[in-house]
Amino acid sequence: MDGAPLIELRRVRKQFGGTLALNDVSLSISRGTVHGLVGENGAGKSTLGKIIAGVHPPDAGEMLVDGRRVSYGSPREALADGLTIIAQELALVPRRSVAENIFLGAESSRAGFVDGRAILRRYHELDTFGFGLDPEATVGSLRVADQQKVEILRAVGRETRLIVMDEPTASLGRDDARKLFGIMRQLSAQGTTMIFVSHSLGDVLELCDEITVLKDGKLVRTSPASEETPEKLVLGMVGRSLELTFPERQPPPPDAPLVLSLDGVSVPGLVHDASLTIRRGEIVGLAGLIGSGRSELAGAIFGSLPRSAGTIELDGRPIDIRSPRQAVRAGVAMLPESRKDLGLVMGRPIYENVTLPHLKRVSSGGVVRSRAERRSLRQIFDEVGVPSPRIGEPVRVLSGGNQQKVLFSKWLFGEPRLLIADEPTRGVDVGAKRAIYDLLVRLAASGLAILLISSELEEVVGLAHRIFVMRDGRLVNEVDAAAATSEGLLRAAFGTLEAMAAGGSP
Amino acid sequence: MSLTPSPGAPPPTGPPASWKRRQFKIGSLRDYAITIALIALVVFLAVRADNFLTVSNLKNVLEQSAGLGIVAAAGTLVIIAGGFDLSVGAIFAISGVAAAEVAVHGDPTVAVLVGILTGAAFGVGNGLLVTVARINPFIATLGSAFLIGGLAVRITHGDLITVDFASPFTHLGSNGTLGVKYSVWIWFLFAVAMGILLSRTVFGRYVFASGGNREAARLSGVPVGLVRTATYTLSGLAAGIAGVLSASRIGTGQADANSGVNLELQAVAAIIVGGTSIWGGEGAVWRTVVGVLLLGVIGNGFTLLSIDPVYQNIVYGGIILVAAGVDARLRRGAS
Repeated sequence: MDGAPLIELRRVRKQFGGTLALNDVSLSISRGTVHGLVGENGAGKSTLGKIIAGVHPPDAGEMLVDGRRVSYGSPREALADGLTIIAQELALVPRRSVAENIFLGAESSRAGFVDGRAILRRYHELDTFGFGLDPEATVGSLRVADQQKVEILRAVGRETRLIVMDEPTASLGRDDARKLFGIMRQLSAQGTTMIFVSHSLGDVLELCDEITVLKDGKLVRTSPASEETPEKLVLGMVGRSLELTFPERQPPPPDAPLVLSLDGVSVPGLVHDASLTIRRGEIVGLAGLIGSGRSELAGAIFGSLPRSAGTIELDGRPIDIRSPRQAVRAGVAMLPESRKDLGLVMGRPIYENVTLPHLKRVSSGGVVRSRAERRSLRQIFDEVGVPSPRIGEPVRVLSGGNQQKVLFSKWLFGEPRLLIADEPTRGVDVGAKRAIYDLLVRLAASGLAILLISSELEEVVGLAHRIFVMRDGRLVNEVDAAAATSEGLLRAAFGTLEAMAAGGSP
Repeated sequence: MSLTPSPGAPPPTGPPASWKRRQFKIGSLRDYAITIALIALVVFLAVRADNFLTVSNLKNVLEQSAGLGIVAAAGTLVIIAGGFDLSVGAIFAISGVAAAEVAVHGDPTVAVLVGILTGAAFGVGNGLLVTVARINPFIATLGSAFLIGGLAVRITHGDLITVDFASPFTHLGSNGTLGVKYSVWIWFLFAVAMGILLSRTVFGRYVFASGGNREAARLSGVPVGLVRTATYTLSGLAAGIAGVLSASRIGTGQADANSGVNLELQAVAAIIVGGTSIWGGEGAVWRTVVGVLLLGVIGNGFTLLSIDPVYQNIVYGGIILVAAGVDARLRRGAS
């Protein structure tokens, strides 16, 4: 480890649409070190890794490699400087062989023909780790852990100096993760610099020389791993609360009847044995990391994902919901996490989007009664705050906040008993956020049962009456909202306390 | 029927009003370009070609466009729902063959029904290939086009099936009422029916949603598979009607009725030229009607001005590319 940094970032800024993903981040990474990046969902970890690997260009600020200023237009240009990323979604050609993938774009050739024997020879020279993969096996037939090894070999084969590993253990079992760490240590000993992005604080502390904490796109601090503890990291990630206030919430009356009760609900590989209840007028929060199974549990309730086990009761009666169509009929509404991909038909007018699940209410004999349709929408638009003169415009011309209000109108128009709101404030500005909080609290006060899923812990703490934490597809913790803190939820979501107790392996 | 473009006003009833409203809502180049192009072309030909603006010539244009118009009207729904149908030419041929085969031996009304239902049945098959077997629409309907074309040859053994001109079966294609052939009336009624279906009904809303954002539609409780299958069924039905009309007009059923015609490609051309987006989720039947008329008038102009027909395809190709380019540009601007 010598003094001059391999990479230096100066006041790097990156914006995606309305959200500032990185805000004036300055950072330097020393040669031959393993550098950890930690933060909540959406803190900017992956964005930072992708900027270094040339996937995204920064909007402002500069990046220096070996003290030389660079601006990469593509991952290929970064690769020429020896920088690469192994992304969460592996970038392999599934139908081709291991060796072909490793040398893709750098094939050995003789007179324009690929020289298969030379490629195999190079493969065996390269595999100093003793991975023992069959170089002629097709990549698609390998386990994820082995596919990752292919990516690592590909990086090594190109004499990479720095590898960004973005959540490399997310889809690995504990044994494979251990092996990966061994490989990372070996690479590090050979002088390769690594950036390790992970949710697993124990792993980060164990592997890294230095750790950088990010929050809301800002750098909190960079310090040597020896000075950090899981507790300190979590505190840094949560930081001080944003300048957001929450409306006064009324507790549901003590005799409020149950609207939803789940018993042992499972979705193969995604949700295991989830049980919870929601009463009339109650907001139940569901916290957890992305990928912990929150949206999948919502999908199981709404019938968009197949349930393998468990029962669902609605208003005390067992109900077998097998499709979103049945869920809508039963009075269940779901605001999906991505309004653009799952929620709205962006090219169609506002009013068409709102009535789409409930056309029965505004049609007779299959013909839409346009006048009645528009008249009946007035009330819901007033309630939610959609600018009603614009209801003939396509949804895509609206701001994120107004699109989200249209999405709310769409589901409230059907007068549901249960509303599942998955990330209801994602990508909206602070003003619209507050309007959505007010709406949720008002809806609960009028008797709606709400399941609130959010990655913003302040939101869950500030709005919910009871909170469940989900981790690895299981509901691990139930917390009374009055006693909940963002730190406590985050710890439960990461499983740091238990992980510590078990010596880092759950 | 008054046409009120003001955005806040409650819409008047009737399909043309809603089309008009949508026109003003999007209010962009694409909405008027196609109509203006058609008017400009008509004016140009009226000035340059003496016999263009005659009743018999205009009727001729309509009669020659009727089959394509019927097929393209239903094809518009397929494309808006996010699909594609390459098999309409083959269905057109086999429906004519089936109808002629029955007409030779039996009742002409039954013959017409058998022809049309043959088309609808193959349409259902296409829909199931796409939604149940989950085959890409291009490949599914390319495969079924070969299969259906082969079946038609098998039925005819490669010969023509000639229906006696005395048979009432030939009346449908040759006769008319109020001075206009039945085929043109049928096109008109079918296009209006498809237009109303698309713009005024629950089904039409489902068609737009299925093509505009399939996952959002599914999560809204739209039976997406059923809706898409229905659009292929309508497309098959339309090809069946066109095939029966053609067989009735010439009094023969032939397996190669579509060769040299390429009905499926012409239909896509008319739909795209009209301004319906090839990516689904946006479009209208009236646009396709205008697109069919534009292509028909261009063809007519070539004949009247005695221009070498070699250039006709070059012009068609250019127009399709311009229309697709405008679509791509508008989409980029939108996202």
